[in-house]
Amino acid sequence: MNFPYLRAAAVAFVLGASPVAAQDHILNVSYDVARELFEELNPHFASHWKEKTGREVTIDQSHGGSSKQARAILEGLNADVVTFNQETDIDVLADGGLVEKNWREAFPNGASPYYSLPSFLVRKGNPKNIKDWDDLARDDVQPVFPNPKTSGNARYTYLAAYAYGLDKNGGDQAKAQELVKKILAQVPVFDTGGRAATQTFAERNIGDVLVTFEAETGGIAKEYEVQGFERVTPSVSLFAAFPVALVKANADKNGSTEVSTDYLNWLYTPEAQEVLANNFYRVTDKDVAAKHAATTPEVKLVTVDEVFGGWDKIKKEHLAEGGILDQVFVNQ
Amino acid sequence: MSDTAAPIRSKRVLPGLTLSLGTTILYLTIIILIPVLALVLKGAEIGPERFLRIVTSPRTLAALKVTVTAAAVATVFNAVYGLLMAWVLVRYEFPGKRLLDALMDIPFALPTAVAGLSLTALFSANGWFGQFLDSMGIQVVYTIWGIILAMTFTSIPFVVRTVQPVLEDLDPTLEQAAMTLGARPWVIFARVVFPAILPAFLAGATIAFARSLGEFGAVVFIAGNKPMETEIASLLAFIRLEEYDYAGAAAIALVLLIFALILLVVSNLLQRWASRYREAK
Repeated sequence: MNFPYLRAAAVAFVLGASPVAAQDHILNVSYDVARELFEELNPHFASHWKEKTGREVTIDQSHGGSSKQARAILEGLNADVVTFNQETDIDVLADGGLVEKNWREAFPNGASPYYSLPSFLVRKGNPKNIKDWDDLARDDVQPVFPNPKTSGNARYTYLAAYAYGLDKNGGDQAKAQELVKKILAQVPVFDTGGRAATQTFAERNIGDVLVTFEAETGGIAKEYEVQGFERVTPSVSLFAAFPVALVKANADKNGSTEVSTDYLNWLYTPEAQEVLANNFYRVTDKDVAAKHAATTPEVKLVTVDEVFGGWDKIKKEHLAEGGILDQVFVNQ
Repeated sequence: MSDTAAPIRSKRVLPGLTLSLGTTILYLTIIILIPVLALVLKGAEIGPERFLRIVTSPRTLAALKVTVTAAAVATVFNAVYGLLMAWVLVRYEFPGKRLLDALMDIPFALPTAVAGLSLTALFSANGWFGQFLDSMGIQVVYTIWGIILAMTFTSIPFVVRTVQPVLEDLDPTLEQAAMTLGARPWVIFARVVFPAILPAFLAGATIAFARSLGEFGAVVFIAGNKPMETEIASLLAFIRLEEYDYAGAAAIALVLLIFALILLVVSNLLQRWASRYREAK
């Protein structure tokens, strides 16, 4: 049977609904492991944008190590928005004049629509009985995480262990350094990024505990279901912001400021937060967070500002060449 | 047919020297010289004092030591096996020879990261080969042996492909003459064949060594990347970049560049010496 008039009507409907001129376009430059997350989020935003403005939007994604991505943008990658896992990488863009200096105030919650914390993933039944950061320094335990020098993820691991050391020893710097030094010395292999460390742990069967963002541990446990990995939340961990920012210089040039800003604001809506929570991120929306309380155990969360006095200080004291990280990491 | 009728024509296929050389130099400048110059300038920016401090820091020295040692061992491996493979490919006929010949180029074609991942999977404690080695107490992956393995893989075609054509061109009558004079096979190889292929052999080994020094993609997956132990120089340069320390990265890269340049000059000198030696004979 043939219904030519029906097909014509369908074509007319489709054409009428999407005027060719109103095509918006965003390039979201993001960190490595967020690929699947944004693949899931973006269609939701596209239909939200269509509802709100009647316009179509295409969202291109670019993923890689957060610092590498920041360098690429400095060197000309035409990003409209960045969704990173390191505040310092956005600061670098702000220093380069691409992002406004006060980017942290541009969106709620320090421009971090979702957050996470360094957490543990152990083998089935937790045979080594790993509960907290101390256990990672035990002689019979091999922790696996990437090189803190090349991976933002591992930088958080280092800082979280350090913060725990301070918390437990009443702020004694020397004892905290002793703890992270022992933990780093127990790591059998330093991959350059989080995904490679996951492979080392899950596929090469190396190590007893994988330390990575809690959001990651959930995803990995799901992906490697047969191996029956168990998630362990330490007693103290570090608030890890997942900051977002408008790359104003590029967005203004591309004429995408409106849609880009709306994209980042939309990440705070219950619709987006639900997707984020389903991907094991902790979210800022109270109702959505309450719904997922069962999979996000209580933990004493400390922030970079409280413990270390902000990222600028961390960069100078810990991460710079010859800093505390080098001292405990290189002089093993 | 008188030879006066023949038109005067240039014997060269390409148009005149000016155009050919100009194009060559322009291409070389854009693709090679400018990036290298940028690197040198970036390195010069930091001044000799800081350059020396970066380069002689214990960590950089350790990384260079690991890199050079591994590259040297990999080159010795490749020199021996590369020569053997070239020999087999040139001197014998057997089924599957064409396939083997084609396989030789795989390390050139394969993304080095893929090579690194595959080698890591094969040689890790639960991998196909790794499980046997592991039960014997030999650990390859995440030790210097892993680095050597990855470097060997990525640089073997250099030796094979430089020795192969020279072996093919070698006049078999020379060997036959030696045989009629009563030389044993080993003597023929040592006195007749090897001196002839020596320049190509050395050149191939030198380039393989240079390539191993700079190898990154394959090595980082298998190296373990522990500072002072299994950290290679190019990873350290990468780490400096991650710290937004362009000068530090450039300094380490410059050292590798200087190493490579010295090696290439040595390779050229050796070849010239060898060819003069041969002509004199």
